[in-house]
Amino acid sequence: MQASDRFNINSQLEHLQAKYVGTGHADLSRFEWAVNIQRDSYASYIGHYPMLSYFAIAENESIGRERYNFMQKMLLPCGLPPEREDE
Amino acid sequence: MADLDPEIAKTQEERRKMEADLASLTSINMDRDLYGGNDRDSYVTSIAPNDEEDTNLDTTGSLVAQRLASYTAPRSLLNDVARPHNEDDDVGFKPRQTIAEREGEYRNRRLNRVLSPDRVDAFAMGDKTPDASVRTYTDHMRETALQREKEETMRLIAKKKKEEEEAAKHQKDSAPPPPVPVSSSKRRHRWDLPEEDGGAAKKAKAASSDWDLPDAAPGIGRWDAPTPGRVSDATPSAGRRNRWDETPTPGRVTDSDATPGGVTPGETPSGVTWDGTPRGLATPTPKRQRSRWDETPATMGSATPMGGVTPGAAYTPGVTPIGGIDMATPTPGQLIFRGAMTPEQLNMQRWEKDIEERNRPLSDEELDAMFPKDGYKVLDPPASYVPIRTPARKLQQTPTPMATPGYVIPEENRGQQYDVPPEVPGGLPFMKPEDYQYFGALLNEENEEELSPDEQKERKIMKLLLKVKNGTPAQRKTALRQLTDKARELGAGPLFNKILPLLMQPTLEDQERHLLVKVIDRILYKLDELVRPYVHKILVVIEPLLIDEDYYARVEGREIISNLSKAAGLATMIAAMRPDIDNIDEYVRNTTARAFSVVASALGIPALLPFLKAVCQSKKSWQARHTGIKIVQQIAILIGCAVLPHLRSLVEIIEHGLSDENQKVRTITALSLAALAEAAAPYGIESFDSVLKPLWKGIRSHRGKVLAAFLKAIGFIIPLMDAIYASYYTKEVMVILIREFQSPDEEMKKIVLKVVKQCVSTEGVEPEYIRSDILPEFFRHFWVRKMALERRNYKQLVETTVEIANKVGVADIVGRVVEDLKDESEPYRRMVMETIDKVVTNLGASDIDARLEELLIDGILYAFQEQTSDDANVMLNGFGAVVNALGQRVKPYLPQICGTIKWRLNNKSAKVRQQAADLISRIAVVMKQCGEEQLMGHLGVVLYEYLGEEYPEVLGSILGALKAIVNVIGMTKMTPPIKDLLPRLTPILKNRHEKVQENCIDLVGRIADRGAEFVPAREWMRICFELLEMLKAHKKGIRRATVNTFGYIAKAIGPQDVLATLLNNLKVQERQNRVCTTVAIAIVAETCSPFTVLPALMNEYRVPELNVQNGVLKSLSFLFEYIGEMGKDYIYAVTPLLEDALMDRDLVHRQTAASAVKHMALGVAGLGCEDALVHLLNFIWPNIFETSPHVINAVMEAIEGMRVALGAAVILNYCLQGLFHPARKVREVYWKIYNSLYIGAQDTLVAAYPVLEDEQNNVYSRPELTMFV
Repeated sequence: MQASDRFNINSQLEHLQAKYVGTGHADLSRFEWAVNIQRDSYASYIGHYPMLSYFAIAENESIGRERYNFMQKMLLPCGLPPEREDE
Repeated sequence: MADLDPEIAKTQEERRKMEADLASLTSINMDRDLYGGNDRDSYVTSIAPNDEEDTNLDTTGSLVAQRLASYTAPRSLLNDVARPHNEDDDVGFKPRQTIAEREGEYRNRRLNRVLSPDRVDAFAMGDKTPDASVRTYTDHMRETALQREKEETMRLIAKKKKEEEEAAKHQKDSAPPPPVPVSSSKRRHRWDLPEEDGGAAKKAKAASSDWDLPDAAPGIGRWDAPTPGRVSDATPSAGRRNRWDETPTPGRVTDSDATPGGVTPGETPSGVTWDGTPRGLATPTPKRQRSRWDETPATMGSATPMGGVTPGAAYTPGVTPIGGIDMATPTPGQLIFRGAMTPEQLNMQRWEKDIEERNRPLSDEELDAMFPKDGYKVLDPPASYVPIRTPARKLQQTPTPMATPGYVIPEENRGQQYDVPPEVPGGLPFMKPEDYQYFGALLNEENEEELSPDEQKERKIMKLLLKVKNGTPAQRKTALRQLTDKARELGAGPLFNKILPLLMQPTLEDQERHLLVKVIDRILYKLDELVRPYVHKILVVIEPLLIDEDYYARVEGREIISNLSKAAGLATMIAAMRPDIDNIDEYVRNTTARAFSVVASALGIPALLPFLKAVCQSKKSWQARHTGIKIVQQIAILIGCAVLPHLRSLVEIIEHGLSDENQKVRTITALSLAALAEAAAPYGIESFDSVLKPLWKGIRSHRGKVLAAFLKAIGFIIPLMDAIYASYYTKEVMVILIREFQSPDEEMKKIVLKVVKQCVSTEGVEPEYIRSDILPEFFRHFWVRKMALERRNYKQLVETTVEIANKVGVADIVGRVVEDLKDESEPYRRMVMETIDKVVTNLGASDIDARLEELLIDGILYAFQEQTSDDANVMLNGFGAVVNALGQRVKPYLPQICGTIKWRLNNKSAKVRQQAADLISRIAVVMKQCGEEQLMGHLGVVLYEYLGEEYPEVLGSILGALKAIVNVIGMTKMTPPIKDLLPRLTPILKNRHEKVQENCIDLVGRIADRGAEFVPAREWMRICFELLEMLKAHKKGIRRATVNTFGYIAKAIGPQDVLATLLNNLKVQERQNRVCTTVAIAIVAETCSPFTVLPALMNEYRVPELNVQNGVLKSLSFLFEYIGEMGKDYIYAVTPLLEDALMDRDLVHRQTAASAVKHMALGVAGLGCEDALVHLLNFIWPNIFETSPHVINAVMEAIEGMRVALGAAVILNYCLQGLFHPARKVREVYWKIYNSLYIGAQDTLVAAYPVLEDEQNNVYSRPELTMFV
């Protein structure tokens, strides 16, 4: 960040962005981004009832079960993080 | 903390009284006072308790006295008049004021507190028994107890002495007086100080009378042996300093070369001290009467080599005798002396030096230079002339500086610069003389390497602190950072030992204090648990901030104490503050209570509850119980409704205080209950169940202050109750309230009024009951002239009456007061008017019958006409409110009202004319309702004739009145006709007064809007040119009205001409003018449809001039912002222009174009213009790497706009190309865009995320999205 950036509106914007978990930054790895995408997706499925019922019909499960499954999947949605090469 | 405790208020009141007394004695009445005629005893009591007070008075007091001499009114009132006046007087030329000067006597008591030595941190020691040398909590408690005991004994002795004295006097009355009175301190003084008989004696008496004040903190005399450990070094001034003891310096405590104590050594035989009054040293310390005659020698004191010649300085108590050294330029060698001077002296000296510089006698050379060579001759003094040598006579001489004959003016060097301080080494900032005391060591050019590590550390701290305190912002910043970073390394002890004395400096200014407090705040954070030994010291310095008059200081104080308690922990905080809880000084207890409330809010109330409980039940001293209960009160005030969860326990903790044996404890308990109920409102009545009975019983048994407090508590509890209970309890309390209606006590009056208001406003109280039981007494006692004289009473009475009116209706209240509109006292009439205004505004006038209506109008007319001054517009508002409420019923009175108005429009006084015009604008609507159009037309003509008014305020009001008339009767019926009126307004547009401009432009705009056709187009064009000037107006409202008027005019005469004017205006240099013009263009486009404006505007873009092109782009931006959806028809037309602008080399082009695109995109979202928008996005996108903040901002906003118009998926696709770009700079920008996209449309993105390939252990795919039924 440049010195001039520190005081303008953009710095506030970045501060705001940093408050949201799903936002990213230049050093984000593919894995981390994918985890965010997965979690956002599951949250969205659960949040939209028609989507949830659609998946329930497709999988022949109850809606509650489906919601539960999605929530469980939000924990480690992409499996364990890969080993970091640089560390 | 905005509400000062009654105690504080009382103290301040007393002080004010004292000052007034002193003021009337200093100058004007001097002769009378000097040569008898006045009872001398009267001015003894008036001596302000400390020196600073006197200094203030000397400069301003005489002024006050002169003014007051011609008034006759109660003193308290005069003070109210005189005080604000002084403040107004020196606005603008206010010298920088130190905090101590600004504060009152009570607040200055903070300077009397002593920084207690470090205490051992019990946590750090573990299980070890504390070493005998360290100071523990036990030591401290023991000392406090000792001090209290001593205090008690002193009090007893004093009492006994007094009794003896009484007895002696009794005897004296019967028997002839003994030649030498034995125990009268009065006489003693006469022996010691022959010159000061009267004054000293009286002062002594005043001082001893202070004993009786329960809250005064007499402290211990200086002579008692310093309690070991209580003093940090060998300073003899151990005890708490008496508040009448002058020049409180922190230096006393830390600096051993400061004058130790109130008496100049050797001046007063110490034996006298011992067998004098028990007040000890304070007694032989006569307060120097600071009036004119002894001020002169004091001023001269610094000029004259003193010795015993000038008595003025010789008897100056507590002040280091000012000697010849002070006259000379400060040389480093003398700095040592300077360090020993108190800061006030330095201040005083600086001031004197300035005066002397100007009033210096002229030397022979100067006189030679001034007068012509010939025609003048130097005469010898007459042979009979003998210079006055006796000091006593000299005292009464007219004060001419340095006029003492026989005294040789010291040879001085004119080129000498007095105020230039010695060079400060090593790039350190300027050092004020007061700072030498603290930072003097830095001036000694010693070799740093030779110092011990500790000394080096100390030096470093001093340097950094000096930079923080006096340095430039940059210096300050780095120093602050260093202090913060190295806080642990430098150590808590050395740091606080340097910082805290600085904060006790009496000449500290707000800014300096703020900076030092900031330092403490920062290092607290770093030091954390290391602060524990210094908690009490810090509190001593910070607690006064909690009662500072400056809001931000209070907030800072709270912040520090809250951080401190988080760093040190509850146990340490309690241990540090516990001894202060039953301190003898009320000031200490007050600040401690406030500090405790902050601790409670920082660490949670539950944590503090057990401690509070114990304190509130303390058997040992009532002070502890009082403070404990006060803490509860402060908690309630500080954290408001957050007390609710703990309400019951807090009430339980303090409830027994209602039946305490000490009256003060009972009072504070009731006040705390009031605060709790106020904080909890409207919930939590069940928590107060247990106190209802004692409260209601208490009001029957108590009187005076306690009763007032109880009533206050009841007043706050009743609104929490259910209707039935409220009604029952109100009836119970009302008997007492009605009895107290006649109380002469002001405080009681206010509380009674407030409680009546609170009771009446609760649901369960029936109007009938109020009418029969409360109203008669209420009006008899409160609606009297006296109540209107004091502002707070006045306000409270109006509020309460309005509240009653809400219950019993308009007719009852207005009927009772309406006669008083004709009262002979103007303030009283004003109060009546304000009440009627509020009541009628709230409730309307339908209850008012014909008879009352007649009385009301009659009274209002009378009051309106008889008013002499009405700065708050009370009469005007009241008149307007009543007329508007009565509506059509005013018709019969309108001719009379208009007659009055016309009469007053012609008045000599501008204020009256203005008010008459204002009244027209208020009642215009009603006049229309009454069908009095002819009358309004007539008024219109009258107003028109007065358009030549020279006072801008009045002219503005006249224009406003014309506007109101035009608004209600319409353009066609307006007299004078619009075609005559408008040309008359055009020149007025040139007027630069804001009020005139605003009203005029409103009127012109109104005419342009509704009746443009009555005026020829040429006239409108002329107005357009005038309006361009008005676009520069400072007030936003005027600029807005101007721009709107442009729109109306453009609509009326077609946009072409107006637009031509505006486009020409784009070429001017002034930025603000251009900005306003662009706005005006956009407005014209909105009112006359964009197609009338766009061609000309786009054509203007071809002018190869930066300002013009940018103006066009800006107009486009505003234009698309205003026209919103209408923009969809014009996007394709302006796209080529925007393409060009977005590719321009000039940054501002791209920036403005980007913001135009943003508005465009937001306007046409969902209207099927995606193709054009995507095209524009392709031009926007390359700008994302811009670094200039305005440009990048505009670009980002344009992209956000595109997100709305095109959908998040499109932007995400643009983003994906750069999120994992190999160059970090690129990635950063792309992630920034991604993040704002994500925040804006997280959910939408789910469907648009790219498909990621799985890796060996990690599943990235989202199979759910491929499901299909």
